[in-house]
Order: sequence, then structure tokens, then C-alpha cells
Amino acid sequence: MLEIKNLNKVYPGSLQALKGIDLSVTEPQVVAIIGSSGAGKSTLIRCINRLVEPTSGSVKLGGEEITTLNRRELRKARTRMGMIFQEYNLVERLTVMENVLSGRLGYVSFWAAFRRNYPPEDVRAAYELLDRVGLTGRHNDRADALSGGQRQRVGIARALMQKPDLLLVDEPTASLDPKTSRQIMRLIVELAHERGTPALVNIHDVVLAQASADRVIALRDGETVFDGKPDDLTPDVLTDIYGEEDWSATIRRDGDEVDAGADDGADEDKTGKRNNIDEKAIAG
Amino acid sequence: MSNSSVPDTVWKRPPAFITNPTVRMGAWVLLAAYLVWSVGSLDMDWERVARGLPRAGDMLARMFPPDFSRQSLLIRGVIESVQMAFAASFIGMILAIPLGLAAASNLAPRSVYLAARSLIVLSRTFHEILIAIFFVKIFGFGPLAGLLTLSVASVSFISKMIAEDIENMNMGQIEAIRATGASFSKLLIYAVQPQVLPRYLGVCIYRLDANIRHSTVVGIVGAGGIGATLSASFKRYDYDFSLAILLTIIALVFIGEIFSTWIRSRLR
Repeated sequence: MLEIKNLNKVYPGSLQALKGIDLSVTEPQVVAIIGSSGAGKSTLIRCINRLVEPTSGSVKLGGEEITTLNRRELRKARTRMGMIFQEYNLVERLTVMENVLSGRLGYVSFWAAFRRNYPPEDVRAAYELLDRVGLTGRHNDRADALSGGQRQRVGIARALMQKPDLLLVDEPTASLDPKTSRQIMRLIVELAHERGTPALVNIHDVVLAQASADRVIALRDGETVFDGKPDDLTPDVLTDIYGEEDWSATIRRDGDEVDAGADDGADEDKTGKRNNIDEKAIAG
Repeated sequence: MSNSSVPDTVWKRPPAFITNPTVRMGAWVLLAAYLVWSVGSLDMDWERVARGLPRAGDMLARMFPPDFSRQSLLIRGVIESVQMAFAASFIGMILAIPLGLAAASNLAPRSVYLAARSLIVLSRTFHEILIAIFFVKIFGFGPLAGLLTLSVASVSFISKMIAEDIENMNMGQIEAIRATGASFSKLLIYAVQPQVLPRYLGVCIYRLDANIRHSTVVGIVGAGGIGATLSASFKRYDYDFSLAILLTIIALVFIGEIFSTWIRSRLR
């Protein structure tokens, strides 16, 4: 479904954000991407739909090479990738319905979009999705009248309106309170499984990532340092990803099994590099 | 300083611009000296001021009572001014959209951006009166010159405002619509227009208000409207008629101001 090979990104005048990322998603699974701020999570997600242009490497979605598409072809390819954002990124002065229907912008003509004249099946799909995300009857509210959690629900509906082959989800819960975070994450996972759509989810919350994802990938300094099952995230692994810290309280379930030896376990860091890029947050 | 265990209790804000105290005092002395010199060198002739005062009194006396008897002239002038203002605002509103988009650095390619910005800067360099004189020379006396003057001023003003508003947009909303696979034209109507429309309308209404004021002035250099009538009345020493025109202009600008404030308060 998604096949990324040797993907590199160098921002002009900056450090290398992605270093030879290889990633392959062959079944409809929810893949959590964890890592420190600046590790390249956002860049990776945005290199897939080319909101950020990759420097080199290959991204294939359903066999189609994305990196070499021209602008028209890229727009077409983007309709197959739904994206969900940390700050929701709804068009605030438009209604909920307009925001949801904007997921169909790649499919309708300019005049139809301008006159909000969408095909009946699109409108029906929009109503159904609003029901599904729990916003029945809110279609005429302006997006800026909603709470954070409600806005993210609209964001999810907008992404799913595209009937995407892949969901790109960038920190969906980072602006939400813990309870809403869990509800939103559960909703994303449920919908991805229901529709058989694979999802790449950038997420800071390790516990939430473990609890909801089918697979976890960790980035550090633009490199993949972990790729495996959520339960394989041990304190040693977390130390490798984030740097030294007492991880015993962070680990789900296996917490009592591992001793709090994160302090000396840190020496296993192969590159000898510590988590020194925390603050070099990469724009974009 | 504060490496002892007792915290300091004295703090003064560090100087913002000039850190050297000698240079700072020197700057103040120089400024004072310049003020004294500039007032001294102006060569104020108090005698001329004294002779002018009774003339002003005489002029005021001849202004009263204001003469509204030449109503047709007055009304024709007012209508011409208001028409000029409305038409120029409308032209400005329309033409400013493409120019404003071209002048927004976050949407337009670099070369287009630079060209559009230069055009805006160039047309804002000259005061309306200078542009009006220019157009009167080319197209002759009358409202056409005034209309063109105000249109040029409106386009550059509104497009500059739109461009700045576009540059201040929330780029996340742009990114989200772009990610749906929307084309540039759809991006404009779904992500740009909703963000800038209220301010754009506000700026247009403000410009209409400004155009009503300016339309009363451009007439003085022959570009039509009530200003032309005013200028003629002064030349013929019809001061009572001049006062009538001035009062009309005050009323006109006042109404324009109220209208524009009302509309803009409803746009929030």
C-alpha cells in the first residue's frame, strides 16, 4: 500500500531532517510514529503528500511513485491521502458542512465548489460522517464555534470525505485534554479499521501510542530507530529514542517487569549520540 | 551581583536605544539646539500675521449667512463627487483583487510578487493631487480625470491592504485545503477568501469613505466634483456660497463616516 525507500529531506541551511527512511505498510494498520520534537515526524508525514518536497528517495502509494508527479498528477494523488492536523486547520469562517465537503474539492468542478453545489452522494456521505463522528445536527455551525475536540472531529470527517487510501495524521491530540485525546485517538483508530485504511499517526503520547496503534515506529535525528509491536517498547528502547529518563511509569502493562535501570541502559545507544536535537524543532 | 545569597533589590531597565550615557546626553543637547535654531530661522513675520487677522474677520463676515440659493450648482457638484467616489471605489475593489493576490509573498511567485509590490509602491508615491494634475493635463478638465485619480489611489491602497492580510493568513488552513488535492483556484475560494473577506470589505468601505473626502479636493485642480465649484466660488469672492459648499462637504463627509463606521461594525 505504502512503500517508502531511502527518503531524505534536507532543509536549506539546516540539518538533515530525514536520513534514508525506509518504511513499508502492507496491510491496513494504524502505525504510530513517535520521537522527540524535531526528530522528523512531521517532515516524514508531509513528504508523503509533498506538502514538503523530499530531497531524494521514493514514495509509492498503491504502486504509484509520488515524488516524480507533476502538479496536476500530484493534486490527483493528494485526493487519495486524507490528512488530519494538530491544530485541526479547519477553515474557521466556513460552516462545519463546508469544511467536511472541502474533502471533495479534488473531485468537483470549480463552479460546483464555488456554489457549494456538491453531488447528492457527497452530501449524503458528509451527513453520515458527521453522524459517525458525533456531530449530528451541527452542520450549519461555523467551525470557530466548536470546541477543540469537536473541531478535530470535523477534521477527521474532512479527511475521510476523500475516501482516502491512506490517512496522514499529524499530532491529532497534542492540542487536546487527556480525555478528549483518548476519544479522538479511539475514533481515528476505529474509523481506520472500519474502512480498511492504513494510517500514519505522529504522536507524542507514548502511552496513547502503545494503547491504540498496531505498530510503532520511532524516529531519532531523522532516522528510524525502532519499528515493531507496541508491546516491544521497553525502557531501553525509549531511552534509545528519547534519551535517559525514568521510563518505568510510562510503559503500559510491562511496567513491573523491567527494573528502573534506564540510567545505565543508556549506554547501548549505538551511535553514541544523545538526544541532542530536542529543541531544534523543524518548521513545517 | 546576585551571586550572594541575598537577592538584589535594585533594578533599572537597561536603556533601549543608546547604551553609552555620554552619547545619550549629547543626543538630547543636539536635539534641543536644533529646535532653537529651527524656530529662530523660520523668520516669522508677526506684522504680516497682524495684518492678516482683520482680513480673516472680513472674509468670515462676508461668509455669513451661507448662501444656499444656487442649489442646482451645489447639488450637481455633490452628485458628481459622490459618483466619482463610488465608481472609483468599485473599480478599486475589483482591480485590487488580482493585484493584491500578486503582491502577497506567501501565494505569488517571487517575480510576480516583486512586480506587483513595485507597482503598488510607485502608485502610492504620488499624492492624489499630483496624480489629478497629471490626469487633468492628459484628459482635460472634468470628472473623468477625478475618477481616474481616485481609482488609481483606491487600487493601490486596497491591494496593499489585501496583500498584507493574505500574508498574515493562518497557513494551516491553506495547508489543509491544499492537502485535499484542491487546485489553486479552489484554494482561493475555500481557504483564502474566507480568511480575508471581512477585512477586504472593511477596507473597501473605508476607501469609499476616503474617496468621498478626496473627491471634494481633486476638483480644486480641475478634476470635477464639488471641489471645482468651491474653487470657482473662492476665485469670484462668493464667500457666502463658499461657506454653503463647505457646510455641504462637512455634511457629506460626516454621512460617509457614519455609513462606513456602521457597515464596518457589522462586518466583524
